[in-house]
Amino acid sequence: MLQIKDVYASVEGKDILKGISLTVNAGEVHAIMGPNGAGKSTLASIIAGKEEFELTKGEITINDEDITELGAEERAHKGVFLSFQYPVEIPGVSVTNFIKTAINENRKAKGLEDMPASEMLKKIKEKADLLEIDRKFLSRSLNVGFSGGEKKRNEIFQMAMLEPKLAILDETDSGLDIDALKVVANGVNKLKNKDNAVIIITHYQRLLDYIVPDFVHVIMDGKIVKSGTKQLAYELEEKGYDWIKEELV
Amino acid sequence: MSLKEKLQSSYLAFEDHLQADSPLHDVRNEAMKCFEAKGFPSKKEEAWKYTSLNALLKKEYSIFPKNENAIEFKDVKEYFLNDIDTYKVVFIDGIYSSFLSQITHDVIDVCLMSSALNKSKYSSIIETYFNKAANSDSLTSLNTAFAKEGAYIRIAKHKEAQKPIEIINFATGTEAATMLQPRNLIIVEENAHVQIIERHQSLNKNEVLTNSVTEIFLEKRANVDYYKIQNDTQNASLIDSTFINQERESICSVHTFSFGGKMTRNNLNFKQLGERCDSILNGVTIIEDKQHVDHNTLVHHIAENCESHQDYKGVFDDSATGVFNGKVYVEKEAQKLDAFQKNNNILISDKATINAKPQLEIFADDVKCSHGCTIGQLDEDALFYLRSRGIATKEARALLMYAFANTVLESVKIPELKGRINKLIANKIGVNLGFDL
Ligand SMILES: Nc1ncnc2c1ncn2[C@@H]1O[C@H](COP(=O)(O)OP(=O)(O)O)[C@@H](O)[C@H]1O
Ligand SMILES: [Mg+2]
Repeated sequence: MLQIKDVYASVEGKDILKGISLTVNAGEVHAIMGPNGAGKSTLASIIAGKEEFELTKGEITINDEDITELGAEERAHKGVFLSFQYPVEIPGVSVTNFIKTAINENRKAKGLEDMPASEMLKKIKEKADLLEIDRKFLSRSLNVGFSGGEKKRNEIFQMAMLEPKLAILDETDSGLDIDALKVVANGVNKLKNKDNAVIIITHYQRLLDYIVPDFVHVIMDGKIVKSGTKQLAYELEEKGYDWIKEELV
Repeated sequence: MSLKEKLQSSYLAFEDHLQADSPLHDVRNEAMKCFEAKGFPSKKEEAWKYTSLNALLKKEYSIFPKNENAIEFKDVKEYFLNDIDTYKVVFIDGIYSSFLSQITHDVIDVCLMSSALNKSKYSSIIETYFNKAANSDSLTSLNTAFAKEGAYIRIAKHKEAQKPIEIINFATGTEAATMLQPRNLIIVEENAHVQIIERHQSLNKNEVLTNSVTEIFLEKRANVDYYKIQNDTQNASLIDSTFINQERESICSVHTFSFGGKMTRNNLNFKQLGERCDSILNGVTIIEDKQHVDHNTLVHHIAENCESHQDYKGVFDDSATGVFNGKVYVEKEAQKLDAFQKNNNILISDKATINAKPQLEIFADDVKCSHGCTIGQLDEDALFYLRSRGIATKEARALLMYAFANTVLESVKIPELKGRINKLIANKIGVNLGFDL
């Protein structure tokens, strides 16, 4: 599904990604771990199409189609979804209006009519229930005054509504207490199937107890320095990242 | 002949027609003298530093339209609020159109300034109120000298206008350039309520310069919601001066929606004469091309325990220019005041400009005053967030603009009007979001 080939990226002249290659097939869950500042969010942003980051070398394809020239919205139409590490606050736009607009914009891109209002309401209710989101919450301004946990839950609610092919969850676990973590993980697992894929970016293996990855990769200083199975996440949890650094030198 | 000279000679002819014994005679002469002495404002004056009338004053305006022009309802239907019943006071090139209007004398007066000025039964009212809230700046004085027609509205004690009132001034543009000077007088007595919508609309591309003056008097506990819709054609300019006197416990809100016109200057003056008044000044400006909108507000706090709230939002594209000059003047008697002023601007293009100048002059010591002014671009992170959900760039920008204006839009109390304004914004930015915020 997703192929990243030898990607280099920079922002404001500073090199951040330094030759990343990664293949994610349909049906797989990949975890990306690594210390702060390693470039994990940058990798997520560059897949989602944030223009601030410049792809200086390499290729990113989705189902063999190069997406590097596409705008963020076109990537979304191809099924890419990013759950933001820091969701943006948008005063004046309610969660409901936002998600309705997003759904219909995606349908428009596929040449479909707007989703009928009743179907929309039903879907919103169903997905809000899945993530145990209170109705009142949906009429609030997007992310404004939300707690860290509420923001993350709202991201996964959007994912549930949009049903992406490739979901990238950037530190979705941070800010969640254990109950919320279970709800969110359960939501992701319900959405998971053999035709879609998930990339989980996290510091801790905690979330990986609930969403079990097929592969774990470690990014340090803009490069994938180690890949393995879930076992690697336990090792990192136990020993930190220093041993990998030592292994490298 | 300069416009000033032309106005001077027109005035002599105009004044000749009026009865010399009219009590207004002196008021007019006084006002004309004042205009003659001051002349049109120039950029040298602090209050006009960022707005130039020079180019506008060079046109050859017809001061009194030569013909009465009729227009068909179907041609102007779009400018009315059609989905609800309203009172309508409509003028075509400054002349009352009984055909397009729906006035009343039943319990409340929604009628004509010309009647109020000329009929003896109104003379004591005119004496009490006319030109009593207005100040004597040159343009207001000019309007006073030529005051002839406009809306006269009086809501008697404890009465409520059952429908909103629309005041619409059409300019047919049958002459190359027309100058119009409507004059409105609105008296809202004790505990009376009214909602008013005012609009100036040019019907073609000819030049129109409107110098409009409105005086509003709110007596004890009166309540007024006033909406100004400024969405005129590219050669229509408007100088709109509104003077509001508030007695105790009255509440007055003025919303100004400025979406189009060549040059628009809004002088909005509130005077809080009694205790526990509340004044609300809200504005949304969305302009492009070379349009210019200047908001010049003054809230004069004189009594105790009052409030004022100003919230002005501006979105400027292309070479559009905006001015926000907001003054809050607090007399030393105006203790326990809560005054708040906010002016937020978004510059879409790097050729667009906004000059913002909040001014607080406070002579009381026990007051809460705040003001904030921001100038920025559309939030790029927010834009990316929306786009990453599949919302196309154009729609995402539109959504952010709506959201930006929304704090003002949501305070519009007439749902049909709110819907209409949403549509105007949607048309302007070429995007229909399919829902009202
Ligand atoms: N917009 C930006 N401008 C400048 N530097 C940035 C920007 N975004 C990220 N960086 C830098 O790039 C590096 C990687 O950041 P990031 O991808 O957020 O790391 P991670 O998500 O792994 O913690 C850091 O050194 C960070 O300071
Ligand atoms: Mg990060």
